[in-house]
Amino acid sequence: MTTMITHIFLQNYWWIIVSLLGSLLVFLMFVQGGQSFIYTLPQTYMQSRMIINALGRKWEFTFTTLVTFGGAFFASFPLFYATSFGGAYWVWMAILFSFIIQAIAYEYRSKPSNIYGKETFDMFLFINGVLGPFLIGAAVSTFFTGSGFSLNQMNQVKWETSWNGLEALLNPVNLALGFTVLFLARVNGLLFIINTVDDGHVYMNSARKLIMNSLYFLVFFLYFLTSIILAGGYAVDPSTGEVFIEKFKYLHNLLEMPLALVFFLGGVLSVLWGIGIALFGKSRKGIWFTGAGTVAVVFSLFMIAGFNGTSFYPSSFNLQDSLTIRNASSSLFTLKTMMYVSFIIPGVLVYIWFAWRSISDSPITSDEMQSEEHIY
Amino acid sequence: MTDYIDLSLVDWSRAQFALTAIYHWLFVPLTLGLSFIVAMMESIYVRTGSGEWKKITRFWMTLFGINFAIGVATGIILEFEFGTNWSAYSWFVGDIFGAPLAVEGILAFFLESTFIAVMFFGWNKVSKKFHLVSTWLVAIGANLSALWILVANSWMENPVGMIFNPETARNEMQNFWAVLFNPVAVDKFLHTLSSGFVLASMFVAGISAWFLIRRREEMFARKSLLIAGIFGLLSSFLLAFTGDSSARTIARVQPVKFAAFEALFEGKSNAPLTAIGILKPSGEKIGKKDALDFVFRIELPDLLSLMTTGDADGYVPGIFDLINGNPEKGIMSVSEKIERGKVARQTLIDYKQAKERGDKQMVAELSSKFGDKDFRDNYFRYFGYAYITSPEKAIPDVYGAFYSFHLMVILGFLFILLFALSVFYLYTDRLLKNRWFLWVLLFSIPLPYLASELGWIVTEMGRQPWIIQDLMPVTIGVSKISAGSVMTTFWIFAFLFTALLIAEISIMVKQVKIGPKH
Repeated sequence: MTTMITHIFLQNYWWIIVSLLGSLLVFLMFVQGGQSFIYTLPQTYMQSRMIINALGRKWEFTFTTLVTFGGAFFASFPLFYATSFGGAYWVWMAILFSFIIQAIAYEYRSKPSNIYGKETFDMFLFINGVLGPFLIGAAVSTFFTGSGFSLNQMNQVKWETSWNGLEALLNPVNLALGFTVLFLARVNGLLFIINTVDDGHVYMNSARKLIMNSLYFLVFFLYFLTSIILAGGYAVDPSTGEVFIEKFKYLHNLLEMPLALVFFLGGVLSVLWGIGIALFGKSRKGIWFTGAGTVAVVFSLFMIAGFNGTSFYPSSFNLQDSLTIRNASSSLFTLKTMMYVSFIIPGVLVYIWFAWRSISDSPITSDEMQSEEHIY
Repeated sequence: MTDYIDLSLVDWSRAQFALTAIYHWLFVPLTLGLSFIVAMMESIYVRTGSGEWKKITRFWMTLFGINFAIGVATGIILEFEFGTNWSAYSWFVGDIFGAPLAVEGILAFFLESTFIAVMFFGWNKVSKKFHLVSTWLVAIGANLSALWILVANSWMENPVGMIFNPETARNEMQNFWAVLFNPVAVDKFLHTLSSGFVLASMFVAGISAWFLIRRREEMFARKSLLIAGIFGLLSSFLLAFTGDSSARTIARVQPVKFAAFEALFEGKSNAPLTAIGILKPSGEKIGKKDALDFVFRIELPDLLSLMTTGDADGYVPGIFDLINGNPEKGIMSVSEKIERGKVARQTLIDYKQAKERGDKQMVAELSSKFGDKDFRDNYFRYFGYAYITSPEKAIPDVYGAFYSFHLMVILGFLFILLFALSVFYLYTDRLLKNRWFLWVLLFSIPLPYLASELGWIVTEMGRQPWIIQDLMPVTIGVSKISAGSVMTTFWIFAFLFTALLIAEISIMVKQVKIGPKH
C-alpha cells in the first residue's frame, strides 16, 4: 500500500478532503442564511426566539468547519494560504470580521447587562448572515476567474493591484457566485427553520419566502454556471507545468470526469427536489435533500476547479504563477502524516451526528423556550 | 529573498498580531482551566446526586459559556493572520506549521464544539452520565486544541524535525514525532495548561470570596472555593515545576533569550540568580545598544549556574559572549553567524539562478549541498542571520524581557501562597474570620491574567528579532501589503476587541451578582 501512496495520490487525496470541508461549510452556512431572516421572518418575540435558538445551537459547527477548512488548506496547500490570504487581504479581513461578530452575538444577545443592547447583537447576526456567505462565494469564484498576483523565485506573493482582493467584487461572475451562495444559504436556512421550529406561522412565512429566494438562487447560479462553462479556463500542461487558457475548460472537466458530472447533476436535482417537496409537498424534510445536494454540487465545483490538469488558483497577472494542486501542496511526508490523521474524520462525523441527534430529536417549541435555562 | 523591507509595515503587522494574541489570551486560559473545574464539579454532582453541586456546576458553566464565545471569536483571527499578515512566513513554514493546525481542527475543535452544545442544551435531554462525559470531552477538547497550536509555536522557538528544500524554498517536515515532542513544546504545553488552571482557580476563588464577603450563598461559595483552592494549589506547584524546566530548556536552545530575561551581560561561573532587581545602562555598549547593569538587586548565589547547568560552578553565557563570541567556551560570534548565513543565502540564490538558466549540473550540485549535513549544521542553520544587519540587532529588548519574566515568577510564587492559605483556612474553618484574606482573593483575580500575558511577552519579545529562531527574522516573514491597510485593520480590531471585552465584563459581573439559580 505504501508504494501506492505517491505524492500525486496524496495531493489528490487532500484536494478531496479540502473540497469536502468546503462543501460542508457551504451547507452549514444555513445558519448564516437563517440569520439573514431575523428581521423579516418572525412576527412575534417568541417566533424570533425560537428561530434564533434553533440556529444558535448549530453556529459552532459552521464556525469550526470554517476554521478547519482554513487549517486544512494551510496544511495541505500552504502556497494557496500564503498567496490568497497574504494578497487578497481585504476580502479575507472582511470575511473574518463578519465571523468574529457572530461568535459572541448568540451568547451575549439576551444576557442581562448586555450593554450594547440585544439589537446590536442581532445586527451582528444579520451582517454575518449576509456578508459571510456572499464574501466566501465571491472569494471562491476567483478559483475560476483568476486573481492578479505574482510570485517571486522564493514563492513570495505580490498582489498586483492596490485593492488587495476587493477588485474581485468588480467581476460580475464573482458577484454571481457570491449571490448564489448567499441565496443558497438562505434557502437552506429557511428549510432548516421549517424542519426545526414547531410553529405554524413560522412555517407559513418560511414557505412563502422560500419561493423568491429559490428563484434568486437559480438565476444567479445559472448565470455563474453559464459564465464559467462558456469561458476559457486555466489549463495546465501535465508534462511541462505550463498554464494556458483553454476554451470551455470547465465544461471539458465536467464531461471528462464522469464522477464530477454525476455529483453535479445529482446535487442540482437533489437541491431542486428539496425545495420542491417543501413548497408543493408541505414536507419538513427538504433540508436533508438540499443539504446533500449542496454538498454534492459544491464538491463537484471544487473537482472541476482543481483536477484534470486545472489551476485551482489562477493568476490573471502572470499565468505561469498560477497555483495547482501539484505546485502549491505540502511535501509528501506532511501529506502522508496528515492522511493518517484524516482517518479519524469518519469517527468525528459519527460523534457529531450522535451528539446532534441527542439534543435535536424533537423540534423547538415555545414551551421549550419558556422552560429551557440556557436561552439565546 | 525579499525585494524590500518596509519597517512600518513590519511594526504594524507585529502590533496587530500582538493585539490579537493578547486579547485572545485574556479569554483562553479561563476556558482551559474552568472547563476542568466545571467537569470536576459535575462529577461530584453525578456521584452524590446533590442538588447543591448541580447548582454550583451550572453557575460556573454559565460563566464558562460567556467567556468561551469571545475566545472563539479572537482565535479565528489568529489562525487567519498567519496568512494575511505573515504570508512569506506561512510559505516558509507551512509544511510544518500547517499540520498541527489541521490536526487541531480535526481532533480538538470538533470535539469541543460538538459536545459544548450537549453541555449547554442537554441537561434535560440526555442522561446524567452522557452529560458528564460531554462536559469532560469539552475540557479535553479545549486543552487538546492548546496542545497543537503550542506545538506549532514551539517549533518557531526551536525548529526541529525538518529539512530545507531549495526547490520550493521552504522547510519540510521529516519527523512528525520530533516536532510533536520538541522539548520546548512539552515544557510549553504543560506550563501553559497549568497557568490556565491557576488562572481559572483564582477566578473561582476570587468570586467565591466575594459571595462570602457579602454573606451570600455561603455553602455554594465554600464548596466552590474548596475545589478552586485544591486545584489551584496543585496547579501552581505544577506551574513552578514546568516553569523551571522551561527556563532550562530555553537556556539550552535560546541562550540569548535566556540571558536577556536574566539581564546577564557578563557570562560567568557560579552565576547568581536575580530574585528582583532594577536595571540601568552600565555605560558599556554592544554596537549601538546599551549594555545594562543593576541599580540594585537581590541575588541568590550560584543558583543560576546550578539551575541552568546542574553544577554550581557551571558557566552561564552572557549577552557579551553570545554576541561577540567566546572561543574559549565554544561560542560563535554573531558576526560569524552572519557570514555563514550569507553563504547559505547565496547558495540558495545561485541554485535558483542555475535553475532559471537550465544549468542542470549546477542545480544538482547545489541541491546536494542542502542535503549535506556539514552544510546544514554549519551554514544553513544560520540562514536567517544573513538578514541581520549588525550583531547587536540579535539582542532582544532586555528591559522588557527581564521585568516581564521576573514579575511573572514573583506572581507565580504568590499564587502558591494564596492557594495554600485558602486550603488552610477552609480546613481549619477560619475563612470567615479572616475577611482581609477574602478581599485579597477577590483583588487577586487580575493577577494570573497579568502573569499569563507577561509569560507570552517573555516568549515572543524574547525571541526577537526572529519569527523562527535563527532561520527567519520577522522583517522577512511579513506579507507585502501596504502599512496603511494593516494600520486600518489594527484600529478596527482594537476598537472591536475592546468593545467586546467591555461587553463580556459587564455580562460576567451581572451574572455573578445574580448568583446561582435555585
